[in-house]
Amino acid sequence: MIRVVLPAHLRKLAQVDGEVKLDVKLDVEGQATQRSVLDALEACYPMLRGTIRDHVTQKRRAFVRFFACSQDLSNEPPDAPLPDAVATGAEPFMVVGAMAGG
Amino acid sequence: MSGVRVLVGTRKGAFVMTSDGKRKKWDISGPHFAGWEIYHMKGSPANPNRLYASQTSSWFGQIIQRSDDGGKTWHQPGTPPGEPTTTPEGMPKGESNKFAYDTSPETGKPLTTHQWYDGTPHPWEFKRVWHLEPSLTDPDTVYAGVEDAALFRSADGGRTWQELSGLRRHASGCSWQPGAGGMCLHTILLDPSDPNRIFIAISAAGSFRSDDAGKTWRPINRGLKSEGIPDPNAEVGHCVHRIAMHRSRPGVLFMQKHWDVMRSDDGGESWREISGNLPTDFGFPIEVHAHEPDTIYVVPIKSDSEHFPPDGKLRVYRSRTGGNEWEALTKGLPQSDCYVNVLRDAMAVDSLDSCGVYFGTTGGQVYASADAGNNWAPIVRDLPAVVSVEVQTLP
Repeated sequence: MIRVVLPAHLRKLAQVDGEVKLDVKLDVEGQATQRSVLDALEACYPMLRGTIRDHVTQKRRAFVRFFACSQDLSNEPPDAPLPDAVATGAEPFMVVGAMAGG
Repeated sequence: MSGVRVLVGTRKGAFVMTSDGKRKKWDISGPHFAGWEIYHMKGSPANPNRLYASQTSSWFGQIIQRSDDGGKTWHQPGTPPGEPTTTPEGMPKGESNKFAYDTSPETGKPLTTHQWYDGTPHPWEFKRVWHLEPSLTDPDTVYAGVEDAALFRSADGGRTWQELSGLRRHASGCSWQPGAGGMCLHTILLDPSDPNRIFIAISAAGSFRSDDAGKTWRPINRGLKSEGIPDPNAEVGHCVHRIAMHRSRPGVLFMQKHWDVMRSDDGGESWREISGNLPTDFGFPIEVHAHEPDTIYVVPIKSDSEHFPPDGKLRVYRSRTGGNEWEALTKGLPQSDCYVNVLRDAMAVDSLDSCGVYFGTTGGQVYASADAGNNWAPIVRDLPAVVSVEVQTLP
C-alpha cells in the first residue's frame, strides 16, 4: 500500500480527506515508480488526470513538485524506483504545488 | 415573476448572483471552486439550468465544470457522481479536462507552429480555456476557445472535446503571434440565423469566420488598422479584444479592438471605425442592448500601458446610433480615484423588458443597471478581481 499526500486543491477535486492509499502495480522488478504511483492515482481518481501531469505529454506540470523521504524527486525519471520507504508505505509520496504569491 | 442569474468568474473562484425582475436585491452564492481562476461561466440558451465553467490554475491546469441545476451543484462532466470512474475496459475517465490539439494523421506530429515572441516557430501548447459558448439549440453542445489559440467543441455535455482544427490549418496560422496576455481565442459568436456560421477572435491574430460549421475559416479583418502593422491590408496580426452582435441582426458586428471601436455591416467582410467622441478608444468589452440593435456599450480605458479609466472616473459609454455618437453613463459609478479595469468577458446584458447591463472590475466590484445604463449600483464590492460576467434571463 502506497501513501500519497495531495495538495489541498487536488484533495478537494478528488473529494478526499487526508492521505490517499493506493494499491500500486509494481514493475517487473517489483519496484514502485513515479509513473506507476501516478497511474494508480489517476485510475482511482480520474478527475485528477491532467492536473499533475500534462494530459498529452505525461510530463509533470511545471508548478507541481514531488517529494518523499526529505528528497526532491521532481526531476527523477518517471520510471526510476521510488525509495523503499515509499514502496512499503512507511513514508508518503508527496505531490506539492510550488510556492508562489498571489 | 421573471428574474436574472449573473454568473461571475474571478481570479479566486466563481459566484452566482440571483435577483427578481426588479434587480435591486441579490442573493449571492460562492465562492465555488475557491482558490481557482474561473475564466468564464455561461449557461445554455436551450436549457438555462445547464451551466459550464472553465476552472483553471497555473499549477494544476484545466478543469471543466458543469451544473445541471442552475449552479447549485457542480460536477466534472467526465466523471458524473454515481457513475463508475473507469470505462468497461478499465481505463480511467477524466476526459473532460483533456484538450489535445489535432496532429497530422500522416505523421502524428503537430499540425503547425505559430510565431513566438522572437519570431521563431513555436509549437502550440495548451494553457487554459478562456471562453465557453454553449450551442443555441443543444444543451450538450458547447464550444471552447483556448490558449494557445484554437477552437474545441464538445457534443456530449463537456465530457470529451475535439478540436475544430481547420482554424489552425488556415495558411496564416504559422504567422499568428501571442500578445502580451498570451495567444488566446476569447470570442465565439454563433449566428442565430445560420447554424453553419461562427465568428471567433484571437489576440493577437484577429477575427475569423466559418460558413461551414467550423470546418474551414478565413480572416475577416479588412479595414482594421493597427499601430505596428505597417501593411494596411494585413490579413492577420490585429489585436481584437472583443466582438458583439445582436441576435436579430447577426450580419452587423461591433468590435472593441486594442485601440479603436469598429463596426461591420457585412458579416465582417469590412470594418469601419465608430470611435467618434469617445474619450479614448482603447478598452476590452463591448456589448449590445438586448432590444435595440444599434445601442452599444463600451468602457473606455486610458491606454494600452495604463489599464484604468481616464481621469480616475469609471464611465460606461453608450451609443444609441450604432457608434460615433457616445454618451457617458456615470450615475452610481465612482467618479474619482477609480483605477480598475474591466476585462473583455466581464460585461453582459439581460433581456428583460428594461434591459439590464452588468459589468465586473479588476477591483472586485460587480455593477448592475436595470435601466439600460442610466443608473448603476454595485451588486457586490469586494470580490477577487473579476474576469468574466454573464447573465441569464430566467422565466
